[in-house]
Amino acid sequence: MSTLAPTIAAAAPAAPAQTSTLRRFYWSVRRELWEYQAIYVAPVAVAALVLLGFLISMVHLPADLRAAALDPARQNDLLQRPYRYAAALIMLSTFIVGIFYCVEALYAERRDRSTLFWKSLPVSDVTAVIAKASIPLLILPLVTFAVTVATQLIILLLGTAVLSVSGVNAATLWAHVPLLQMSWLLLYHLATVHALWWAPFFGWLLLVSAWARRAPFLWATLPLVAISIVEKIAFDTTRFATMLQTRYNASREAVIAPGTLPIDPMTHLTPRVFLSSASLWLGLAVAAALLAAAVRLRRARGPI
Amino acid sequence: MACIEARDLRKTFGGTVALDGISLRVTEGHILGLVGPNGAGKTTALNAMLGLTPYQGELRVLGHDPWTERDLLMRDVCFIADVAVLPRWIRVSHLLDYVAGVHPRFDRAKAEGFLTNTTIRLTTKVGELSKGVVTQLHLALVMAIDAKLLVLDEPTLGLDILYRKQFYDSLLSDYCDGSRTIVVATHQVEEIEHVITDVVFIDRGRIVFDSSMDGLESRYVEVLVHPARIDAARALRPMHERQGIGRRALLFDGVDRQRLAELGELRTPGLADLFVAVVGDHAGQAQEAHR
Repeated sequence: MSTLAPTIAAAAPAAPAQTSTLRRFYWSVRRELWEYQAIYVAPVAVAALVLLGFLISMVHLPADLRAAALDPARQNDLLQRPYRYAAALIMLSTFIVGIFYCVEALYAERRDRSTLFWKSLPVSDVTAVIAKASIPLLILPLVTFAVTVATQLIILLLGTAVLSVSGVNAATLWAHVPLLQMSWLLLYHLATVHALWWAPFFGWLLLVSAWARRAPFLWATLPLVAISIVEKIAFDTTRFATMLQTRYNASREAVIAPGTLPIDPMTHLTPRVFLSSASLWLGLAVAAALLAAAVRLRRARGPI
Repeated sequence: MACIEARDLRKTFGGTVALDGISLRVTEGHILGLVGPNGAGKTTALNAMLGLTPYQGELRVLGHDPWTERDLLMRDVCFIADVAVLPRWIRVSHLLDYVAGVHPRFDRAKAEGFLTNTTIRLTTKVGELSKGVVTQLHLALVMAIDAKLLVLDEPTLGLDILYRKQFYDSLLSDYCDGSRTIVVATHQVEEIEHVITDVVFIDRGRIVFDSSMDGLESRYVEVLVHPARIDAARALRPMHERQGIGRRALLFDGVDRQRLAELGELRTPGLADLFVAVVGDHAGQAQEAHR
């Protein structure tokens, strides 16, 4: 041993190699994207479908526009519809991906025992869980935004080309489609509703994913149903179910003046009202608590 | 300097006692074999040392508390817990990217060097590889990390004999440099016998035997006793007796070699024989003796 000791002593200070927390976070997120390719494949696939539908609609769009020449509202609807579809469907796809991702994220690594490999690397449970939470809270909204804007741009360019060829003035199209404003609204909606307002939902799913020994999807949903049923029978009230529903629906009201659609003039945005609402901060606190519990569970739980 | 220092480590799962007061000290540069039957508590002990499970008692690994500082600890510790824990969906190149991204002591070129000696290609997915090859890959990753402590938990379980032999061969030739500490848990005694410098037998959550391999050779001796002298041999109180071919083999602990030589042919007992003698037949007694 005495002959070995100096070697070790000499080696230790010579290797102050470090990786920053940010770097470990970055690679942990990359890792998630390698494993769950649906994060970008699903929205791109939906975008492709929307484009296909749009292309088919181009066959009769010039005729429809001519027929609606005297009805500006109808024209407006015809021209804007594909952009709305694109945004709505791509958002829906990433929302669904987000739900399935969260249910799997901390469950699959225990089921396939790979958690033992991930834990053999110098990445803390906090970093790992935050990287996973960043998928629904940061990455999916960004992917949604990028894919939607790209799709809408393609729709605009294709529409311009087709309308020009068929003799309709393409300027009508550009006048009716405020792409920049739509993009800004989309980004605002994604940041406020998808990331901030729905954060407790995703936190809950990640917690169940870290906890469940089997059937995480059932564990994520059935207890909520059970609580609602027990509450209804015991007190004849529906507070819990209403609370969940409000959280899911009312986000829109917290963001934009009531009774308006997501794609609306920017004057309806109420970021101050939104950011100062107690519900938002309460929701974020709940999300943080759920994620903290998920971190503790990830540390304690081994492979299933 | 102690690499692992455990004092009175305890752990229960429900009503089952997995670790019943384990005290252990592993010095840097040593290769410790942790040998025990299935369910003896080997994995639980290793998991405690790796920060994978909470425990009662005192435990420091490289100066860290494993349970609260796993991420810090893993800069200097590598482990292969069980075969085939590498995620099946990952591409080999991505695996290297990831480890290089998060591990400050990982030498990617070295890992790729190890892989050139195998059939593994960077574009392959782990799921396409056989169990033995996945273990090769994992070992290549681990050997490219400049760690102070390597922990292996049944690393060759379920592999065929070629891969098993190859595993320990490459570990010895490409990794062990005398300064690295290795702890390997297994119940396949034969394959680590010539690798380890120290051995610990663990049974029912307790350490029932603890010796250096050198100490073992000088202390224990097996005598192939001539049938005529069997009673004289038994009078010397062997710790274990088994039937050999034509003769009985008696295992003695610390008995004078000259006296034993008169009884029959002497030889160094294999770790397996010693294991059976200590754990198999006299587990209870050995536990008492250890106290």
